[in-house]
Amino acid sequence: MRNIAPVITLIALVIFFSFASSTFFTLDNAFNIIRQLSITGIIAVGLTYVILTAEIDLSVAAVANAIGITVAYFTIQPDYVNIANVPMQGWIAVILALLAALAIGLVTAGGITIIGIPSFIMTLAMMQIANGMSALLVRGQIAYSYPEIVTTLGSGTAFRIPIGVDAAGKAAFIPIGWTIIVCLAFLVAGHIVLKYTRYGRYIYMVGGNREAAEYSGVNVKLIIGSVMVICAMCSGVAGMLGVAYFGSAQQNQFDTFLLDAIAAVVVGGTSLFGGRGGIGNTIIGLLVLGVVNNGLDHIQIDSFLKILIRGLILLAALIINIYAQKLRESG
Amino acid sequence: MTDEQSGRGGAPPLLELTGVSKSFGGVTALRDVDFTLYPGEIHGLVGENGAGKSTMMKIIAGVHHDFEGVMKIRGVETRLRSARDALASSIGMVHQELSIVPELSVAENVFLGKQPLTTLGIVDWPRMNREAKALIASLGLDIDPAAAMGTLPVGLQQLVELSRVLFSGAQIIILDEPTSALSPPEIRQLFDVLRRLRSEGRSIIFISHFLDDVLAISDRVTVFRNGKKVITDETRKLTKDAVIAHMIGRGSIDMHMGEDAMLAGDDSKPVVLSLENVGDGRTLHDFSIELRAGEITGVYGFMGSGQIELARALFGKLPLRRGSVKLDGKPVRFRSTAGARKAGIAFLPENRQMMLFRTEPVFKNVSIAILDRIHRLLVKPAEEKRITEGHIKDLQIRPPRTEIALGSLSGGNQQKVALAKWLTHLPKVLVLSEPTRGMDVGAKEDVIRIVKSLRDKGVAILVLSAEPETILTLADRVTVMKKGTVARQFSSGKIEKADLLAAA
Repeated sequence: MRNIAPVITLIALVIFFSFASSTFFTLDNAFNIIRQLSITGIIAVGLTYVILTAEIDLSVAAVANAIGITVAYFTIQPDYVNIANVPMQGWIAVILALLAALAIGLVTAGGITIIGIPSFIMTLAMMQIANGMSALLVRGQIAYSYPEIVTTLGSGTAFRIPIGVDAAGKAAFIPIGWTIIVCLAFLVAGHIVLKYTRYGRYIYMVGGNREAAEYSGVNVKLIIGSVMVICAMCSGVAGMLGVAYFGSAQQNQFDTFLLDAIAAVVVGGTSLFGGRGGIGNTIIGLLVLGVVNNGLDHIQIDSFLKILIRGLILLAALIINIYAQKLRESG
Repeated sequence: MTDEQSGRGGAPPLLELTGVSKSFGGVTALRDVDFTLYPGEIHGLVGENGAGKSTMMKIIAGVHHDFEGVMKIRGVETRLRSARDALASSIGMVHQELSIVPELSVAENVFLGKQPLTTLGIVDWPRMNREAKALIASLGLDIDPAAAMGTLPVGLQQLVELSRVLFSGAQIIILDEPTSALSPPEIRQLFDVLRRLRSEGRSIIFISHFLDDVLAISDRVTVFRNGKKVITDETRKLTKDAVIAHMIGRGSIDMHMGEDAMLAGDDSKPVVLSLENVGDGRTLHDFSIELRAGEITGVYGFMGSGQIELARALFGKLPLRRGSVKLDGKPVRFRSTAGARKAGIAFLPENRQMMLFRTEPVFKNVSIAILDRIHRLLVKPAEEKRITEGHIKDLQIRPPRTEIALGSLSGGNQQKVALAKWLTHLPKVLVLSEPTRGMDVGAKEDVIRIVKSLRDKGVAILVLSAEPETILTLADRVTVMKKGTVARQFSSGKIEKADLLAAA
């Protein structure tokens, strides 16, 4: 682990909420937190790649939304849904949605590497463009149906873990949703690629010192372009699972995911200046975020105050990270 | 001690260090050093890299404050805690890497952070320009204060930075390698300014690797070796050979290394890379050169004569707009550094930091350029380390460890790591920009030996430098570059430093 501070923050938060609320520290709630994190987690994998190269992608949530809507657009909707959609077979709809994500990623990559637009601005534009796609496809309506595979992965249960018997004497289970499995698969694959492949090494080196990577004959533009594409693809998958998870596809439904995903990556200790961090950090960051979001729901405070408190906790986590990093560098 | 105090007719010293020692985590960088600076003195400071010059300067400039010993300014014991502190005690430093803002005007650079304001609190431009002009004129220079700093030649940029230090009221001025980027006329101009400052009673500490420059301008010279002061003496009593002998602590080496050379261009060797009338639309124009296998071609020219652009164009970093490039007789065009690398071109930029990863371990620094040859998909750190260990042995990189962060190596060893990147699979063409600049004598000799052995293995090598010694030590043939194009070519016979200087 690169940085121990996020782990300590996580443990401290768990201890705090365990004392503050009797309903927080339960197995049931633990899986609850993980379930709530899984869509954000898939986005965060792609974003980790982008941030490791010292770029940023502000379009992740908008792309997720657009791709979620795209897959619904190519699916037969119930009669009461008033969308001029183009129904296709399920697998074609999924492929078209993935191609749309790929196209968005390629446009972003081209804008940044070929034209030279800073990623901050380029992805801001792509955010607006993706939002425009969403708006045009649903026109203010809500879609409810998705290809079967998307519904299964987004809201289906993979298996159930028996946890003994409940009060009524019946066997009790914790259901493990497919989203959790998919998220884990993305995290594991993301980690392996970063740590054990040549491509992963290039990402760290480009993030660590872009000029040096270029003078070592690394194709920096290719690396940066590719992480933008990977990030768009992750967002697209998250978007498809997300609409199934929510049970509806409509505009602006992913708005909170942008800040959540960025916060998860950065709170976990991955440097915004690139080259430091990884999926391990992102997992810790996700858990910190999940524990804060979930824990605040378990304690009795003004729900309007919670928003502010959430912000303050995240700020504190970031401050601790920076200090821990400085301590490590000077020591 | 006594000869120092009598040196300036009994005037009290401006700055006095007694018994100063400084260590970094157990490694002693400076050991029991005494140093005295008198008013109106130019004091040269020489020594190999790592001899302790920079450490002492950083103590004087307030960067290091946890040292042993006593520092007195104007007879008062002082311990400076920051560069700001130093400036308040009228000590200013001009670093080798200038801290200028190229986009801002000359006047803005002079007054950076302290612009004169009108009563309304906005910048008083007429006054700022007027005062900047007066300040610069007091150095005997005529520069338009409204000109953008970036448009000035390096020599003038440096003098503007010097005027900024003077504007802050510095009486003691530390100049770190002030002549390394300057052409001979620019050096003369700098020396005129320094003499003028000396006559005003200011004191200058002049740190440089260029012994000729140090001996030409200093009143006294202090030589450092291995963290200790070896000698302080009046310049008129010293010769270059004597200074070198003090620096390296050996009896004699080839003192005239790099003063002249016998060129050995051999036209029967095959041409590997040829440039014909290339230009980048800005600096380079109508430049032609042929690089032959097993030969070192030197390109000499002052800073700004287009060498940097030439090197970058060869490595695919800068697009060429005119002319043709042929590799092994076939026309090529590199769109990226990755393309150039795959075609067999290797490049070592003049600033080694540009191709090294300070916080990464040595083996990752070495392997980055050859990852696609050792790994198909998964990385194999054990293999990378094995290859790196071979290079560490061959190039005598110290300390001989693959896992330590590159930033903890000395400059010379970092340069060897940078070279090692390209040595696992021999490139067809190796482009070296200032391969020995700022290195101590020992590391320099190592690098020269490595480069020559690569030549003997058949690599076509291009060495670009603004130091005639570097070119004369290495090259088999020489092209002198002037204002982006070929000024003169030498391919055989004896050539002297003066020939290069005359042609550039």
